[in-house]
Amino acid sequence: MAEKRLAIIATKGTLDWGYPPFILASTAAALGYDVEVFFTFYGLNLLRKNLDLKVTSVGNPGMPMPMPMPVLLQALPGMQSMMTMMMKQKMKKKGVASLEELRSLCIEADVKMVACQMTVDLFDMSPSEFIDGIEYGGAATFFEFAGESDICLFI
Amino acid sequence: MANFDEELDASGLNCPMPILKAKKALAKLSGGQVLHIIATDPGAVKDFEAFAKQTGNELMESREEGGKFYFLIKKS
Repeated sequence: MAEKRLAIIATKGTLDWGYPPFILASTAAALGYDVEVFFTFYGLNLLRKNLDLKVTSVGNPGMPMPMPMPVLLQALPGMQSMMTMMMKQKMKKKGVASLEELRSLCIEADVKMVACQMTVDLFDMSPSEFIDGIEYGGAATFFEFAGESDICLFI
Repeated sequence: MANFDEELDASGLNCPMPILKAKKALAKLSGGQVLHIIATDPGAVKDFEAFAKQTGNELMESREEGGKFYFLIKKS
């Protein structure tokens, strides 16, 4: 069976949006795909050693809430931390793996992770903040892999 | 139920963990050996069919009993 290739661009840095790239990358690797994920803008947060990602309902009317709550209340200090805590508890209860665990499985399965050099510089991030084993590159680096891919996703 | 060589209890785990754990467990087996998987995620039924089809490992059995799902996969 010829090896298929999956290329993903990960652009989001919230707890909820951190899941799709790592779930798809790890699963594709388990199915025998050669996988590369290009992390750019807020997606770079998914490469931090300390994955302290948050989730918020502000600006996201689709997020299920335990009770109806006016938007202004949702924006109060402490609400983001509370929602993050509740989301993590819910995930744990339902047997959803942590992002850390999924990321480790990606690394174990040789998913290639590339950080966008331009956004690393733009946000004054230091490579020491990121996990080991990642590469740095730009748009052309991405296309080198994506151009030969069977599936290409922007998340 | 057929004999198996290794068992993986993925009860309580949600997508994609049963698949990822099964992949790792299969990696430790030799060709022709059989992995027995127990899962509670209803999505695992279709996922293990898809996994078997794409990896070439044979899904010998897939059954539900008492709210749990049991799979037998033979390593190719």
